Amino acid sequence: MIGYSRAIIPFPPVRVTRYSRGAPSFAYTVRMTVVTNIPIDAEKQREIVTSLAAFLPESALLFDREDVQPYECDALSAYRQIPMVVTLPETEDQVRRILETCHALRVPVVPRGAGTGLSGGALPLANGVLLSLARFMRIIAIDPLARTARLQPGVRNLAISEAARPYGLYYAPDPSSQLACSIGGNVAENSGGMHCLKYGLTVHNILKLRAYTITGELLEIGGDGLDSAGYDLLALLTGSEGLLAVITEVTVKLLPRPEGVQCILAAFDEVTKAGQAVANIIAAGIIPAGLELMDQLTTTAVEPFVNAGYPLDAAAILLCESDGNLEEVSEEITRMTSVLKASGATEIRVSQNEAERLRFWAGRKAAFPAAGRVSPDYYCMDGTIPKKALPRMLNAISELSRKYGLRCMNVFHAGDGNLHPLILYDANQPGQLEKTEQFGAEILKLSIDLGGTITGEHGVGVEKIDSMCLQFRSPELETFHAVKAAFDEQGLLNPGKAVPTLHRCAEFGRMHVHGGEKKFSELPRF
Amino acid sequence: MNAIINQLADTIRTAAARRTPLCIRGGGSKDFYGGTPSGERLDVSGYHGIIEYEPSELVITARAGTPLSEIEDALRAKGQMLAFEPPHFGSTATLGGCVAAGLSGPRRAYTSAVRDSALGLRMLDGKGNDLRFGGRVMKNVAGFDVSRLMTGSLGTLGVILEVSLKVLPLPVAEATLQFEKNQDNTIAAVNAWAGLPLPISATAWCNGKLSLRLSGASAAVDAAIRKLGGERMDEGPAARFWVGIREHDEPYFRTPLPLWRLSIKSTTASMNLPGEQMMEWGGALRWLKSDTEAATIRAATQAAGGHATLFRGSDKNTGVFQPMSAAMLALHHHLKDTFDPMHIFNPGRLLG
Ligand SMILES: Cc1cc2nc3c(=O)[nH]c(=O)nc-3n(C[C@H](O)[C@H](O)[C@H](O)COP(=O)(O)OP(=O)(O)OC[C@H]3O[C@@H](n4cnc5c(N)ncnc54)[C@H](O)[C@@H]3O)c2cc1C
Repeated sequence: MIGYSRAIIPFPPVRVTRYSRGAPSFAYTVRMTVVTNIPIDAEKQREIVTSLAAFLPESALLFDREDVQPYECDALSAYRQIPMVVTLPETEDQVRRILETCHALRVPVVPRGAGTGLSGGALPLANGVLLSLARFMRIIAIDPLARTARLQPGVRNLAISEAARPYGLYYAPDPSSQLACSIGGNVAENSGGMHCLKYGLTVHNILKLRAYTITGELLEIGGDGLDSAGYDLLALLTGSEGLLAVITEVTVKLLPRPEGVQCILAAFDEVTKAGQAVANIIAAGIIPAGLELMDQLTTTAVEPFVNAGYPLDAAAILLCESDGNLEEVSEEITRMTSVLKASGATEIRVSQNEAERLRFWAGRKAAFPAAGRVSPDYYCMDGTIPKKALPRMLNAISELSRKYGLRCMNVFHAGDGNLHPLILYDANQPGQLEKTEQFGAEILKLSIDLGGTITGEHGVGVEKIDSMCLQFRSPELETFHAVKAAFDEQGLLNPGKAVPTLHRCAEFGRMHVHGGEKKFSELPRF
Repeated sequence: MNAIINQLADTIRTAAARRTPLCIRGGGSKDFYGGTPSGERLDVSGYHGIIEYEPSELVITARAGTPLSEIEDALRAKGQMLAFEPPHFGSTATLGGCVAAGLSGPRRAYTSAVRDSALGLRMLDGKGNDLRFGGRVMKNVAGFDVSRLMTGSLGTLGVILEVSLKVLPLPVAEATLQFEKNQDNTIAAVNAWAGLPLPISATAWCNGKLSLRLSGASAAVDAAIRKLGGERMDEGPAARFWVGIREHDEPYFRTPLPLWRLSIKSTTASMNLPGEQMMEWGGALRWLKSDTEAATIRAATQAAGGHATLFRGSDKNTGVFQPMSAAMLALHHHLKDTFDPMHIFNPGRLLG
């Protein structure tokens, strides 16, 4: 089942901060609900509330409908479910006891950070406890000399860099949601950002975790050094979508702030030329700090909101950022400029000051909200493909766009081949939902066929669980289930997310083969 | 090549049925590392060759038996490198062994580790299942990160067949500077410098002398040389020096004493342990030549937020790796049971 991300992203972005206070209350209503609300079992609810009330203060235990309603979804708000109970612990000891209690009563637990996830990873369960880490807001310590920060999991991504700024340091991974998303959620999703080609994803920027298993056992993973004894559980927990353990502390690496940053805006008269320019830059031995692509539909959509001065007649623009010391930046900008010219750029602008650089980026950062402004609904995809397949993918998307009669904005992390096609639709128009669903599924299928993956950074959650059946075969899926069982034998921590059951895949396979025969016949054979 | 995989899978199935331990072996260059190898030899060196390498993708995919030197040559020909500068510890080193051992070289603290570069792999588990995890793209969060779990697991979870690694361009310019400094002044300096935007790519301190390598754009390297001062080493000797550090060919490493590897918090003050020390990774890696009791070394290392490994030493009776908490150990055993239910792979190599 494919979900639809309603245009719920607040705009201007400042309003996103509402996420951090706990649960978001979205300004838009959703007309379509993929998951229908399953009613709560009142007796079960009483039982669990009584047990939790033994050690949780009243303010940390919510179960009245109006109190728990704000937690019914994450940023993939088409999927909604009222949780049976919401807990808002403030201490590790409370987290441990919540987990022990739920384990003893066999009640499933869904961890939740800031609820900005785009794949329904924090979607509650009707028979479950939602465990919010939102009150773990403390920056425990910053060690400027060792360049590390010890954080509670609810600390907002951007708050880390703000706190590190006085020491000339920052935290590199910068998802567009960084005003709101939590470091615990970042670890659980292995989040990326605009700069991960050069500086890596979350997994490359953390050193140590404290986490509790569903039985309430404390795991101290990683260390203050650069590696640790035994298996790399730090990597295994990163991106585990809350299925293995609840993260209660994260130690991150901080990097020195670069001396200078400059950005090139390059325009192209064909999207595929822009795609080729990306490959040419990398082939020239340059790893830009950021390398992002926006097509014409995107630049025209964002321009009225950000007044970035984008060349709106261009079929696509690239943003190529360089950072480092001043000499290095100017050297790299010169080299990138000549590669871009040789790749057929029709116009090249180099940011002359910080204000101009931020203006170049403003549109990129506002792309999601802008999609919500130009269309009643949009659906954000997250496939990653080898860069050499970019032109093919972009051609296929425009062909699919014609085929389904739906517009699709292309805006993405071009440097690492991570696409975010935004399919624009109107759920009020009969049939558009189904078409969008098929459109999205075809893009994901194509991502796999081109040697890529269905998700680069947003996670599988509930949204892409069926597409997992296309990317992995039964033996791999069984391995995932076994890894899960090694941490959580009874499958009580965030069950039903990230990894499909084999049964589900068998069902999906039947549907897929049936529909696939006619669905893919019109596609060019690659 | 498929025939080789089928054969390996058959051997695994038979071994599992009989519960015969297998000793997975690429080139044998890291036999010294971890618990002493035992069991019937499962040779994967026959499964070799580069499968796909497209420089503009920054990814190389190769079979586990491919000699590490072949990979490095192919990359160098296209102006690229393995960012983690892996130690070979012998000319027979293979890619599979490099990933299974998970050992990174001098560049580790400043660029990346083996595990950071691991994008995807194909493996055989303890039931002989042919499995693929991750992929050939930079970003991939579909499914648990088994590729990185396998990295550094010393072959105790499965036989690595193929690996995709992220690669980086070779730096345009490189320079090595040397400074006379005692250990504590070095610790203070290298940590402070790492907090500044300088293109440092390696540090090594030994015997009152700090060597520091800069790598990057010429402009950045030149600016850093002006800023840091020190004595500049000639290119040839500098290149040989870093290879010597990486491969443990430098005089410091030639010793009959047990060699300990202490991975700790980089700012830890010089540790008061008997034996001569050598320091890399901006202070985060300390080598110790010492026949002091393991327990003393482990306690001091743990207090410094890290772990100690008996890297080279004949007597491994007190264990090679730092002991874990009961909860962590139980989890390790669960994972071992998951991938290798009959416990046939590399017994005792990682877990006691
Ligand atoms: C406008 C917008 C832009 C975005 N841009 C990006 C982007 O550029 N790059 C990117 O990677 N993502 C992006 N995202 C997605 C999202 O912000 C990230 O996935 C983020 O890391 C989620 O963090 P969160 O705190 O909101 O987690 P939640 O949504 O609350 O949870 C996400 C998952 O993590 C689990 N979880 C949360 N906290 C914990 C914990 N402490 N322990 C264990 N499990 C936990 C949950 O169970 C769930 O499965 C964007 C989202 C929005 C709305």
